[in-house]
Amino acid sequence: MKFKGHHIISMTSFSRDMIDSILETAERMEPIALGKQRSDLLTGKILAVLFFEPSTRTRMSFETAMYRLGGNVLNLGSVDASSIAKGETLADTIRVVDGYADAIVLRHPKEGAAQLAAEFSTIPILNAGDGAGHHPTQTLLDLYTIKRESHLEGLKIALAGDLKYGRTVHSLCYALSLYGAEITLISPMELRMPEEIISDLEKRGAKVTESDTIEDAINEVDVIYMTRIQKERFPDPAEYEKVANRLKITPELLTDARPELRIMHPLPRVNEIDNGVDETAHACYFKQAFYGVPVRMALLALVLGAIEI
Amino acid sequence: MNEEQELRVKRIENGTVIDHINAGQALNVLKILGIPDSSQGVVSVLLNSPGKFGIKDVVKIENRELNVREVDKIALIAPNATINIIRNFNVSQKKKVHIPTFVEGVVRCVNPNCISNSNEPVTSKFDVSVEGNLILRCTYCGRSISEDIAKNLL
Repeated sequence: MKFKGHHIISMTSFSRDMIDSILETAERMEPIALGKQRSDLLTGKILAVLFFEPSTRTRMSFETAMYRLGGNVLNLGSVDASSIAKGETLADTIRVVDGYADAIVLRHPKEGAAQLAAEFSTIPILNAGDGAGHHPTQTLLDLYTIKRESHLEGLKIALAGDLKYGRTVHSLCYALSLYGAEITLISPMELRMPEEIISDLEKRGAKVTESDTIEDAINEVDVIYMTRIQKERFPDPAEYEKVANRLKITPELLTDARPELRIMHPLPRVNEIDNGVDETAHACYFKQAFYGVPVRMALLALVLGAIEI
Repeated sequence: MNEEQELRVKRIENGTVIDHINAGQALNVLKILGIPDSSQGVVSVLLNSPGKFGIKDVVKIENRELNVREVDKIALIAPNATINIIRNFNVSQKKKVHIPTFVEGVVRCVNPNCISNSNEPVTSKFDVSVEGNLILRCTYCGRSISEDIAKNLL
């Protein structure tokens, strides 16, 4: 399987074999990600980090991944202080940075930005989120978390929260359909997953059911994947409060949960997971944030040709 | 066309006749072909003409033979159209339009936040599929258009 020089734009271009290879490579990277082993796999390589939108976890974990493998990072810094503020197109920015680095990680507010960047770049583009479009490295780290903390084969998973607009859940569901997962969707009426996505998932082999409450799912699933509900989606603040309180995980709710149950969240959370849950064995959202490092290390090593599988 | 219709729109000596255009789409066909800017010859348009399979539109373009790329673009809004190349008053070639698998620079993406709708130096690109309806899928943002293709012509 050849990854060298490939762009990472969206999950739709990944087969199950490709995903499995990336996750296996990530597992080998874990001791390095934890700082227990040193690596010079990417010594002499430069990663350009172009973030046109704010980010904490994605940007920092990409930078950490590069440093842990002995590489260097070139950060665009603030958009306001760059040529973009003077009206430079993304295409020109990419053509310039192409000459400064060995790979580019890009976050941009417009859908399709990473695809456009790939057309103007001779070095690999890694999409770190393009508007409401794709965020493939988030999906890969979610899959990795499920693999490490639960299991991908025969998985029963509930996804709760904003399933209408949440790009992470759409992308994750498509990837899970490759593994034949049983998926329960829990959301308020206003934020239900679009029908065409559900129908696509079923065509691809996933079993999908819908539910209103988390309580019903807790004893049925291996993983609950929570997402943030954004207040601005609701014209009436009282309606938001009602919905937000109904889709909340508390330690009380987990009293009778099976020990194997895992709770994930792409973060940042607002109040959909009570702080009291953090100390339970079910919580794995902070580990999930850490797993972004080995997964991104694996991707960087693969697209830069430092590892072949 | 029968004799009565020919009285309305005369035969052409050389050029292209696009027949069996879905009724109401003739002006969009002209738009796709860039007419009048791209043609010097006379262009005749027949709207709501009765045909074997109901009403249709017909476009006759004098002194211009359409190329394959132009014909394929027409297929997006007139999938049943036939193209007749006329030489010396005779039909020298007759073919049905072929729905392309990919089109570039013909239709605008309906997603206002798509990068193809910004000031970037790219043209819109769509993968074309037929699932009952014709579906165009933007290669940048993935948004699909199935209805309103004519409304979003560039």
